[in-house]
Amino acid sequence: MDADSLLLSLELASGSGQGLSPDRRASLLTSLMLVKRDYRYDRVLFWGRILGLVADYYIAQGLSEDQLAPRKTLYSLNCTEWSLLPPATEEMVAQSSVVKGRFMGDPSYEYEHTELQKVNEGDKVFEEEIVIDKAVAIIPRGALFKTPFGPTHVNRTFEGLSLSEAKKLSSYFHFREPVELKNKTLLEKADLDPSLDFMDSLEHDIPKGSWSIQMERGNALVVLRSLLWPGLTFYHAPRTKHYGYIYVGTGEKNMDLPFML
Amino acid sequence: MEDSTSPKQEKENQEKLGEARRSWEGKTAASPQYSEPESSEPLEAKQGPETGRQSRSSRPWSPQSRARTPLGGPAGPETSSPAPLSRREPSSTPSPPAPARQDLAAPPQSHRTTSVIPEAGTPYPDPLEQSSDKRESVPLHTSQSERNTFQQSQQPKPHPCGPRDVSYNNAKQKELRFDVFQEADSNSDCDLQLPAPGGSEGAPSMLETAIQNAKAYLLKTSSKSGFNLYDHLSNMLTKILNERPENAVDIFENISQDVKMAHFSKKFDALHNENEMLPTYEIAEKQKALFLQGHLEGVDQELEDEIAENALPNVMESAFYFEQAGVGLGTDETYRIFLALKQLTDTHPIQRCRFWGKILGLEMNYIVAEVEFREGEDEEEVEEEDVAEERDNGESEADEDEEDELPKSFYKAPQAIPKEESRTGANKYVYFVCNEPGRPWVKLPPVIPAQIVIARKIKKFFTGRLDAPVISYPPFPGNESNYLRAQIARISAGTHISPLGFYQFGEEEGEEEEVEGGQNSFEENPDFEGIQVTDLVESLSNWVHHVQHILSQGRCNWFNSIQKNEEEEEEGEEEDEEKEEPDYIEQEVGPPLLTPISEDLEIQNIPPWTTRLSSNLIPQYAIAVLQSNLWPGAYAFSNGKKFENFYIGWGHKYSPDNYTPPVPPPVYQEYPSGPEITEMDDPSVEEEQAFRAAQEAVLLAAENEESEEDEDEEDDYD
Repeated sequence: MDADSLLLSLELASGSGQGLSPDRRASLLTSLMLVKRDYRYDRVLFWGRILGLVADYYIAQGLSEDQLAPRKTLYSLNCTEWSLLPPATEEMVAQSSVVKGRFMGDPSYEYEHTELQKVNEGDKVFEEEIVIDKAVAIIPRGALFKTPFGPTHVNRTFEGLSLSEAKKLSSYFHFREPVELKNKTLLEKADLDPSLDFMDSLEHDIPKGSWSIQMERGNALVVLRSLLWPGLTFYHAPRTKHYGYIYVGTGEKNMDLPFML
Repeated sequence: MEDSTSPKQEKENQEKLGEARRSWEGKTAASPQYSEPESSEPLEAKQGPETGRQSRSSRPWSPQSRARTPLGGPAGPETSSPAPLSRREPSSTPSPPAPARQDLAAPPQSHRTTSVIPEAGTPYPDPLEQSSDKRESVPLHTSQSERNTFQQSQQPKPHPCGPRDVSYNNAKQKELRFDVFQEADSNSDCDLQLPAPGGSEGAPSMLETAIQNAKAYLLKTSSKSGFNLYDHLSNMLTKILNERPENAVDIFENISQDVKMAHFSKKFDALHNENEMLPTYEIAEKQKALFLQGHLEGVDQELEDEIAENALPNVMESAFYFEQAGVGLGTDETYRIFLALKQLTDTHPIQRCRFWGKILGLEMNYIVAEVEFREGEDEEEVEEEDVAEERDNGESEADEDEEDELPKSFYKAPQAIPKEESRTGANKYVYFVCNEPGRPWVKLPPVIPAQIVIARKIKKFFTGRLDAPVISYPPFPGNESNYLRAQIARISAGTHISPLGFYQFGEEEGEEEEVEGGQNSFEENPDFEGIQVTDLVESLSNWVHHVQHILSQGRCNWFNSIQKNEEEEEEGEEEDEEKEEPDYIEQEVGPPLLTPISEDLEIQNIPPWTTRLSSNLIPQYAIAVLQSNLWPGAYAFSNGKKFENFYIGWGHKYSPDNYTPPVPPPVYQEYPSGPEITEMDDPSVEEEQAFRAAQEAVLLAAENEESEEDEDEEDDYD
């Protein structure tokens, strides 16, 4: 969620129950301002909170002008001091996916795994965050548009999805480089608007039904929750510009999803 | 603008009037005359900026400049029929169009003259009132109307801008008119007119021709949508100038879209929105009812009663503390839930009530309230479960009625363990759920042990509808409301904790021997003095469970099913003496009530509870917060004196390993094996022949014995 509209966003996302305590909120507001200035980001998003056994990690992302460019990730343990997480490499991704279990809350904690070497928790946090972000960060259709020269911009005339669109999974896209777009048939592609439909939609996510879409407060708020990564909540107030997502959870994938549906 | 020009126009008008009359009578001849006097007069009469134009326009233009001035239309037009005049009123074009019409064939000059006249003679000093006569059929009219259109389209914008724009308008009009005239047919005539006034006009005329061409093109209406580009562009520019967005060039296309869409706005929306917004309004109405319920009884006495009874917990206070921990539903939502709970307590005879938490579902969520009814006011329970138990016993008897005695199976369904009485064990509290505050509360049925046992083996998401079936293996005996109740029972048993000493056991100790599961009752300790928050955080032994642990049987109090078995034996089962069940089942024992949570088992090296202080920055007012790692979403807080438990989550237990569904049990040997039911292969051909041969041999032997003398016959047989 945007750091600028943090308070409203937290209020709207509160349906899932997990939020931030007042002191964290207050420190977030101030520290994210400073982060934006120091790192010269165009937008700073508060990504969420990973619950650890001892302490929680608070994660923020910084975006540059081009919305789809790789985002810089920062973490903090107390919402005041932020540190940049180092970029991930392939091996690290592979390693951390093997290590299961909860996060400790201590970035220097080392996981031991019989086959591989020890994995630093700091790395693991980052990997998980990247994985989760790639999997479930979402954006409503029309919020970003692509210019012919390449960079993707925030659409300033995005007035929100209409109610009928808001209830459909196809109006939401993954906030990442498209993966499945090329696999679409020509017929499907003909209907797409290249300036708006340049990301993968949620409709074709596997397993089907891994998103729970609900209307809260009558039809005034649409909330999507991921069932594959429990803890991710996306909210959008139809016909307004407010949307955002936050992850508050243990950082583990729900592998039992097929049994649970 | 109009006002300023009107006095001048009147002057002009009058002049033009005279001229108009003249021109009307003598067309061709008059025109050049026109041009001269007209050009001069308007020149003087017009305002500064216009003067320039005027000069430029000179002859061929003068009539048009006249047309410009139509800002004021004198009565000149009287010459023309009043009818066209009146028609023209809205368009403020002078009546002369009528005569103009008639003069279709007339040379352009007359056009001009007549047009001039009309313009000059417009009774209306208000060019802005021109309506769109764009589509009039008569070509002449068209020219006029186009002129008007120009004026109109120009008017809104230039209007606020002052007289300058009038001249701009007029120039445009001139151009258009020029173009139109070209299109009409009097090209040659126009051209004639052009050079006639003077050679000075040669160069600008080319440019103006081009401009006029361009403009006419812009004014072309689209065959699809009926718009024309000119209007659209002018609307867009108006919008941009009014709103002044930043970086307008970047969002230009979007503005264009918006302007186009604005044409379609009104009628559509009224209907559209109605349908979509209905659920919002519905729920808002229901919630409004929540807010109004307090006003129903204004009697003071009732108010006092309410305060005295104290069935309703202080939800807002607990919510405040939970918010310190970062858990909660948002203040507004919590307040609505508070009101909904109040409604619940008002409509049911409730002794005590607590906001248990919220369980998330796929389509809708559940808000759960834990309730204890007043003594003796329990609602009648449905007796379906008893019926089911008896049915098991009856089944085996039914088999005996078959004629073909079917082999009797000695399978006996395991004794269904009866549910616990209400107010004890897992059914100690009654739970009400609703989907959203404002919707009616629904009571959940009491839980039976079988449901708990199976709930432990399955893991399913809740859909949000209480009557949804739960399809799983092992098959869950019940629908979603039962599953929900079972999970609530498990969560309560696993995560409801309180600070040590808050509750103490009751005074009666004589019943210890009879109650097999341990102490059932506890009460608040009036002498509780509170524990330091730091102590609460540091050591888990300062917290105790105050809900009974559920045994693996599914109950809190052990139920010995063996005794009943012996009774049933006598009822009519004639099965073998061999029983696979042991004669004695070991009594399951669980941790007794009020055990500290430090005794909870770890999950693969993860402690079962995580303790935190709510704030590290201001520790003196911080509260202790406990998070369960076994049931993610279960929280408990305490500030030393007060405590509360809360659950918000999906309703499932945490397990680091993946869920594996239980394997179906091996096939049961349920019938006694014996020749009657053992399957045998059908005899093969050789076997049959051998058998037959054997039989015949026997027969032969028999016959041989019978008739030894009939050897001949024996031969025949063979």
